Parts: sequence; structure tokens; C-alpha cells
Amino acid sequence: MSTSTEQSFTHLAGLEHQADEIVKRYPEGKQKSALLPLLHLVQAKDGWLRTEAMDELANYLNIQAIEVYEVASFYTMFHLKPVGKYVLEVCRTGPCCLVGAESIVQYLKHKLDIEIGETTADGLFTLKTVECLASCGTGPVLQIGPEYVYHENLNEEKLDQLIESLRSKS
Amino acid sequence: MSKKLLLEHIDKDGIQNLDTYVKYGGYAAVAKALKSSSPDQIVEEVKTSGLRGRGGAGFPTGMKWSFLDKKSDKPKYLVCNADESEPGTFKDRYLMEKIPHLLIEGMIVSSFALNAKTSYIYVRGEMMYVIKILERAIAEAYAKGYLGKNILGSGYDLDLYVHPGGGAYICGEETALLESLEGKRGNPRNKPPFPAVWGLYGCPTVVNNVETIAAVPWIVNHGGAAYASIGIGKSAGTKLISACGNIKNPGVYEIELGLPVEEFIYSDQYCGGIANGRALKAVVAGGSSVPILPQNLILKTAAGEARLMSYESLADGGFVSGSMLGSGGFIVFDDRACIVRNLWNFTRFYHHESCGQCSPCREGTGWMEKVLHRVEHGHGKMTDIDLLVDVAKNIEGKTICPLGEAAAWPVASAIRHFRSEFEEHVRNPNACLAKHLHHEFAMAH
Repeated sequence: MSTSTEQSFTHLAGLEHQADEIVKRYPEGKQKSALLPLLHLVQAKDGWLRTEAMDELANYLNIQAIEVYEVASFYTMFHLKPVGKYVLEVCRTGPCCLVGAESIVQYLKHKLDIEIGETTADGLFTLKTVECLASCGTGPVLQIGPEYVYHENLNEEKLDQLIESLRSKS
Repeated sequence: MSKKLLLEHIDKDGIQNLDTYVKYGGYAAVAKALKSSSPDQIVEEVKTSGLRGRGGAGFPTGMKWSFLDKKSDKPKYLVCNADESEPGTFKDRYLMEKIPHLLIEGMIVSSFALNAKTSYIYVRGEMMYVIKILERAIAEAYAKGYLGKNILGSGYDLDLYVHPGGGAYICGEETALLESLEGKRGNPRNKPPFPAVWGLYGCPTVVNNVETIAAVPWIVNHGGAAYASIGIGKSAGTKLISACGNIKNPGVYEIELGLPVEEFIYSDQYCGGIANGRALKAVVAGGSSVPILPQNLILKTAAGEARLMSYESLADGGFVSGSMLGSGGFIVFDDRACIVRNLWNFTRFYHHESCGQCSPCREGTGWMEKVLHRVEHGHGKMTDIDLLVDVAKNIEGKTICPLGEAAAWPVASAIRHFRSEFEEHVRNPNACLAKHLHHEFAMAH
């Protein structure tokens, strides 16, 4: 499904083999099905989805750019603006709130000195809320992108350790 | 001792690996089905079993399979709905994480029954680590000849792929899921035509939940009649219940359908009672979209009979005094939980997750959230309560997909059973205990 143009691909650079393998999962002519997996792939590499990257995917899949934009803007997992190195997404849905998720959000806002949707000045952390992560029995929970690792049964002590651990890795 | 058909081996060391799974009897159903059964025989066994869809709707699985347009010369598809994102529900994630080969075995047998040559497991994108577990297990199954060409020398070919979602609750609705799998926005389709006739890529398709498909190997191994003998009446077999909220032992439990609700809540084998010595206030028994029931009505029906964990008993009384088994997402509220605040939270969820295709849902969920926000935050009017009921009525039944009902039912039921709590919030802006707790915490930091 590779393009026949001579345009140089930057956002798919190094991912061509993976991308080709993903496209093969779907019937011939139905390559658009590969869009969500490919958006994940590019975002994992770049951190977020630049317009140029979406244009490149449209070209690769032989679909219109608008088809990529409308999908990328529909699903909450895709970042259309730059985010921090680590995206902290706290589940804010009912069952997690029953066991303290609202307090977890408050604590993180205070600790990182940012509001929901903002990124710390050092570019390390973006704080977001997310809808039900299917971790209702082990809430409160947050996931950390770009790896989407779950951290469950949270309390302030665990959050302190987590933030320090991420800071020390950077 | 309760029967365990799905979770029997879940705690065995290494059960994520194919060899260990086989050691405990795994993939016997694939061998039995492909070597000594016809696809129609498997469909009949599933019909006999009485298995019903475990994603929430409870539609008979064998009947759904028999609707597949077999005369069509188009490819047939089986798609597993693993987009678990109904608040309170986490049993599918548990199954896929702990025993991925059970789902894969179910996919192989079910695909064979439906004559599907390509099948997909649509997993919600947030569960990236589950996707990796499934992909590893699928690679093992290919390597051992359970997937690919000429499976176990039977002449049957099957390719199985995992497809990641992008974070949208609506993609748990089967036609929205298919749209998403086709690389589009997750906008539900009008039905009919149903997916059995016009599904993935316009081809005949069956969409089943993870737990439903995971039950199929047991049915093939032991027979549909054996499965039907478990449970109670038309609620055959076992059901995974994910229990959470203010209970001592949150977790995923496999129960035989028909277990008394009271036993499920208070037995140490299951929830272990209410946490922190509090009292039971209410339960949402089947995921956030089903009607909430107060303490008296969740333990006993309006007629005074013990309420059971079954499709029929939980629905007894209709939406006046009953609820639904739904997805089995069992959310328990203690006597400190604020119904208004929790309802606002749930409604905010549905507003956020509405795909925006139908105006009653797009506008109505936002309207309900706005009104509930002001009631919860001390700015409500007494007329807001009936306004909420009115908006809920004007969403229900007027949308393409059931997200409208999912948003409306909790509102209608919460006001029906806890109206005085809403009135108290209007009369006294400081009525909400949850708000106090939240405020105290915020002030401390």
C-alpha cells in the first residue's frame, strides 16, 4: 500500500515494516481499517499527531486527509497538540470516584502545580482525566502514556513514589 | 462451592502460556470441534446451552449465530467485542489478561461454527498491555497450528487479529465497533440491517462479547445440556460479576446464575459485606447504564422474594422496582455515598461519550449533566428534578443506539428511588456529604 510518490516519509520512517504488516491484517481494498493501529504507531513514535503525520498516513493508506483528521479527532487517545513526556490520565468515572479518584486528581494538581490538560514547565508531565479504565475493583487508577501502564489502588504515598521515579528516569 | 467454568484454572502458574493452558485441558474444544463436529452441530449445542450474550444485552447466543446469512457468498466474520468500558465492568480485562488462550480457543471454535476465515478481537486502546498479552498468545497459537492454514489437519483455515480501539465508549455498541474497525468514527449504524446480514465490510458478521466467546469451549467439551443444567431457568450457566465500590472484597467473581444477591454482597466468598463498617445504601447491578436500586429492592423484589443474580430476577418489577443483570458490573454504594453526586458523575460520562450523531443524546446528555451539576453544587431549583425526568424520557427510545437509554435509565431510577435526596440538595446547598469530603481534602492540599 506504499505510496508511489517520491515524498519522503518522516513520521513513518523506521516503521514501514510494521505498518505494512498491520495493513495486511485487513482484506485487500479495506486498508483504511489500519488507520487506528497506525495512528497509535505514529503517536507512540512522535508523542503526538502532527497534521503532517496525518497527511502522511492518508497518503500511505491512499485515503483523503480529512478521513484521518475526523478519526483522530473523534477518539480521545490521540493527542492533536504536544504533550509532556509522560501523560498522566486519572480515571474520573463513578466507581473510581467512590474510592477517592477526585482526591487523587486534586493531589496531582497540587503536586505538579498544573491544571487538568496542562503540562509542567519542564515538559515532563501532562495531567489529564480519562473515562472508565475497566479497573473499577482496583481504583483509584491512572495510566501513564506513552506506554499506557496502569497504576492501581493509588494513594498519596504511591503517587509521590511514582512521580519521583519518573523524574529520576528523566 | 460455586461452579467455575471460566475461572477454574485462572490462578495456575503460567496459564498465560499455551503449553500450560494445554496441560490443563486447553484447546481440547478446538480438536473436538474441528475433528468430530460440523459447524451446524456447534451452533445447535450453543443453542441448547441457553448461553446468552454476556456483554449486557443478554440475547441468546445460539440464536444470534443462526441469524448469520449463510447463503451469502461474501466472507463471514466473527468480531469479538473487547471494548470493555462500561463503568463498573472489568471482567473481560481480567479474563484476557489472566487466561488469554481461553478467549483465543473460543474464537477458533466460534469462527469454525460460523465459517469465518478471518476474525478480529477489537480491544479498547487503553488496554495496550492486554493487547500485547493477546498478540503474544495468538503468535503461540499460530506456532502450534491452532491458527493459520489447515488447523490440526482439519482443512479449516483461520486468521485471527487484534485491533486496538482509540478511546470511545460508544465503540462497545456493535455497529459503532464495526464502523471503527473499518477505520471510521465510531458512529452507530441504523438497524436493520443487523450485522448478521450487513456487518463488517458489508459482509455477514457476528459480534460477541469476550465472556460469551470464552464460554464456548466449555460448552463444546461438555455439551449444551450440561451448561443449561447450571444456573436457573433461562439464566443458564455461570456469569462473571465484577464487584466494586464500597465493599470489602472488590474483584471478579464467577457465580452460578441464581445466587441470592444478599449472599453475593455479604458472603466472605464474594464481596464480604460493606467496607469500613458502613451500611448498604444502593447497588447498580449491571454496569452504570442500568437502573440503580436502593437497599430494600436489591435484596428483595417488590413482592418480598429474595432477589437473585439472574437476568429474570434482577429485572423483576420492570423499571419501577427492578433493574438488569447487564454486563455484571456490580457497583455498591454505602450510606455515605451521595446519589446526586454519583449520578452527575455517570451523566457526565455519557455526555462525554455520546458520539453526537443523534440530537436527543448529544443535547440531552449535556442538558442532564448541566442540571445535575447545578443541583449537586447547590444552585438547583425544585423544578430541576422533574426537568431531569422529562429530559430523560425524551432521550429514551429516540436514538439510533442504546447509549440514549444508558444515559436516561440511571437518571430516571435515581430520582424515582432517591427523590428526597435530590430535594434535600435543592433545599440545602451544603447537603452533600461527598462534596464536604472532597472540599476538606482540597483545602488540606
